[in-house]
Amino acid sequence: MKAFSRLLASLLYSPARNTKLRLLRVYLAETPDPDRGYALAALTGTLAFAEAKPAAVREVARQRLDPVLFDLSYDYVGDLAETVALIWPASDQSHDLRLGEVVETLTLAARAKVPELLEGWLDRLDADARWALIKLLTGGLRVGVSERLAKSALAEHGKVELAEVEEVWHGLDPPYRSLFDWLDRKATRPQIDTSRLFRPLMLAQALEESDLISLDPSDFRAEWKWDGIRVQIVSGPDGARLFSRGGEEVGPAFPDLVDRMSFSAVVDGELLVRRGEEVAPFNDLQQRLNRKKATEKHLADYPAFVRVYDLLFEGEEDLRHLGFDARRARLEAWVARTGLATGVIDLSPLVPFADWEELGRHRLGAGALNAEGLMLKRADSPYVPGRPKGLWFKWKRAADTIDAVLMYAQRGHGKRSSFYSDYTFGLWTSPGGELVPIGKAYFGFTNTELMELDKWVRNHTTDRFGPVRQVEPGLVLEIAFDSAQRSTRHKSGVALRFPRVARIRWDKPAGEADILETLVKRIPA
Amino acid sequence: MRPETWVRPTPAGLFVEPGSFYIDPSSPVDRAVVTHGHSDHARGGNRRVLATAETLAIMKSRFGHDAIGAIQALAYGERIEINGVGVSLAPAGHILGSAQVVLDWQGSRIVVSGDYKRRRDPTCPPFEPIRCDVFITEATFALPVFCHPDDKEEVARLLHSMAVFPERTHLVGVYALGKCQRLIRLLREAGYDQPIYLHGALVGLCDLYREHGVDLGDLRPATEAPPGMFAGVLVLAPPSSLGDRWSRRMADSVLSFASGWMRIKQRAKQRGVELPLVISDHADWGELTQTLDEVGAPEVWVTHGREDALVHHATTRGIRARALSLLGFEEEGS
Ligand SMILES: [Zn+2]
Ligand SMILES: [Zn+2]
Repeated sequence: MKAFSRLLASLLYSPARNTKLRLLRVYLAETPDPDRGYALAALTGTLAFAEAKPAAVREVARQRLDPVLFDLSYDYVGDLAETVALIWPASDQSHDLRLGEVVETLTLAARAKVPELLEGWLDRLDADARWALIKLLTGGLRVGVSERLAKSALAEHGKVELAEVEEVWHGLDPPYRSLFDWLDRKATRPQIDTSRLFRPLMLAQALEESDLISLDPSDFRAEWKWDGIRVQIVSGPDGARLFSRGGEEVGPAFPDLVDRMSFSAVVDGELLVRRGEEVAPFNDLQQRLNRKKATEKHLADYPAFVRVYDLLFEGEEDLRHLGFDARRARLEAWVARTGLATGVIDLSPLVPFADWEELGRHRLGAGALNAEGLMLKRADSPYVPGRPKGLWFKWKRAADTIDAVLMYAQRGHGKRSSFYSDYTFGLWTSPGGELVPIGKAYFGFTNTELMELDKWVRNHTTDRFGPVRQVEPGLVLEIAFDSAQRSTRHKSGVALRFPRVARIRWDKPAGEADILETLVKRIPA
Repeated sequence: MRPETWVRPTPAGLFVEPGSFYIDPSSPVDRAVVTHGHSDHARGGNRRVLATAETLAIMKSRFGHDAIGAIQALAYGERIEINGVGVSLAPAGHILGSAQVVLDWQGSRIVVSGDYKRRRDPTCPPFEPIRCDVFITEATFALPVFCHPDDKEEVARLLHSMAVFPERTHLVGVYALGKCQRLIRLLREAGYDQPIYLHGALVGLCDLYREHGVDLGDLRPATEAPPGMFAGVLVLAPPSSLGDRWSRRMADSVLSFASGWMRIKQRAKQRGVELPLVISDHADWGELTQTLDEVGAPEVWVTHGREDALVHHATTRGIRARALSLLGFEEEGS
């Protein structure tokens, strides 16, 4: 763990790509198997432990540490992993722990065993290694290593072309022994079964409205941007797999889909749930995603399907080098011939338009279709993994807004730990009634506004609970959100997706803020 | 008699009422006792100042002869009376000349720690724990997340990085008073005998330390050196100059910062520090709690930092503890 934690910390502090590359290369050369393979998997986010959750970290922290000191520390440090790592009392650190041992033990461990394992390991490690361990366990290392950077380091390590590494990478599993054997000239290049392999997705950049001035509408095609989950169907002779955009398999939760897919193709589309003939709100899909194993009733209540918009492979033929129009023609033919017959695939239509004004009007109708907005794709764009510039754009529909009243404020974490920067806001039950909280917002305001909000909070505090202050109902916040949905977890019965502060309405009397019913009416039925 | 009746915080600083003098006053007073030379403790403009000879020398070099008033030097362990209040100074182990102020009045003893640390510092004598009725302690790093590692290890990391990146300049941010000279001594003790280059703002205090018998080896001003000659050398500079035009003359430098705050990774990252060195002149959590145990005071006043955690800790140990809020105490030399 020592070498791994040193690598993680150095990566964290080094912004330059070349420095990161050098650090990775040195690590790969100096570290034995299987540690280096697991390290690479951890850095690229391929390592996940089903049974090890952040809750385990909280649990051991609660058992071993003084809660007051822990809270004060967490409030100051702002990061759970780092707080626990720093505060953990030092003990015997004479034997280092191997990364491979940790990974392999965690992979097999039952959930109830995880806290005990963690505690034992924390006692054996120094502060940096404790930090690395907790980061590893909870995922999200965030030290700025992309998959591409990792592959580049591998290519440099083995003195082979990057493309050669890319060919095999997705077909291999950690700790990648066969890959290292090949790179270290101990074996030939590993053979990969490409028939069931995830291909990295092509992603869109966000459209700035100013972009429209420089873009020629005739160069682009438009589609709805559906409010579901992007999936890649990889189907071949051995059956179908369904991957999320990160390459994680989601098929097991959707037997109603994969069981009906008996074709040979790689297709890009949106996983959605149907309500009659229409696309259901995201919340319905959430019901499916919440369960690893769906019951019959669940499958019937929330019928899933994939609305497809791109064809990457047909049979063995790789279509990714073709332009969008050419792939689209192949896709439409394929859906008519094969896709529709499955009963769980349909075609995402093109949205015709002559100019940006017309497309802009279509965009206003996105909400009614339960779409998030529009996608713009260059007619001649090949399918390029990653987020290439200037080829695909997403043009989201304007967010909804509501005027809410600030109720509580809490100190933020890290950089913002000295400011009241987390705001709970609410709506009136009726004009002149009570306030009921509907959500929390952490961003949307400038630093100057943060200072002003912080000052307002300090001057209008009516009560305190630990780091939370209750304030007079006197400040209206215009809250933007992507959608509202029903929630049994909130007292108000409503939850907002992506709430953020759109404007601070210093001018508006709190009594004139919105009532709950106004928001409830906007929940899609 | 309750101790707060004769020593209490005021807007001008901690006031010793029967003695009619202030400790580390933040605005000019008639009579001041100064714990050490950092600018959040020592200020010009007082009429009379009592401190160690070293601290007075530091004040003279920072504010000039005329601005510090009539001076009176007191050696560690020497005792005088001011209006019936016994005053003596004890080593605080923080920087050259740093002292705790020991106050005796009518059989009760209050010790004002000033800033202090408990680990060895080659540039000043070690902190001396003194039994007392009230201990007024600093709390700069009073959270259990602060546990400063062995400074030898931190210096070894700096030397290691210089070996790994021999073509780059290592530019280390250090506070001008104390940290700078201690780091140089630690480097010399670790066997580094190459010239060390100094930002102009560090030169005067290094000279002063040398005059007080601290051997700092071969030091050279970095200000006049041509840009090309920085490859592979070690440059020390005050933290405030790290991002400015001055430091940009050193192409592709490894930016380092020696401070207790570097313990928090996100803090180091936010400041763009590539090689954080956790070296502090303040007590870490373990040293603070150890010190409370050793001075055995039934009452502790906490000031100058994160009071909450230390007050909580002391309270759970059966010590009467509270935060003392002093105005005008900003951090320097952390
Ligand atoms: Zn100081
Ligand atoms: Zn201080």
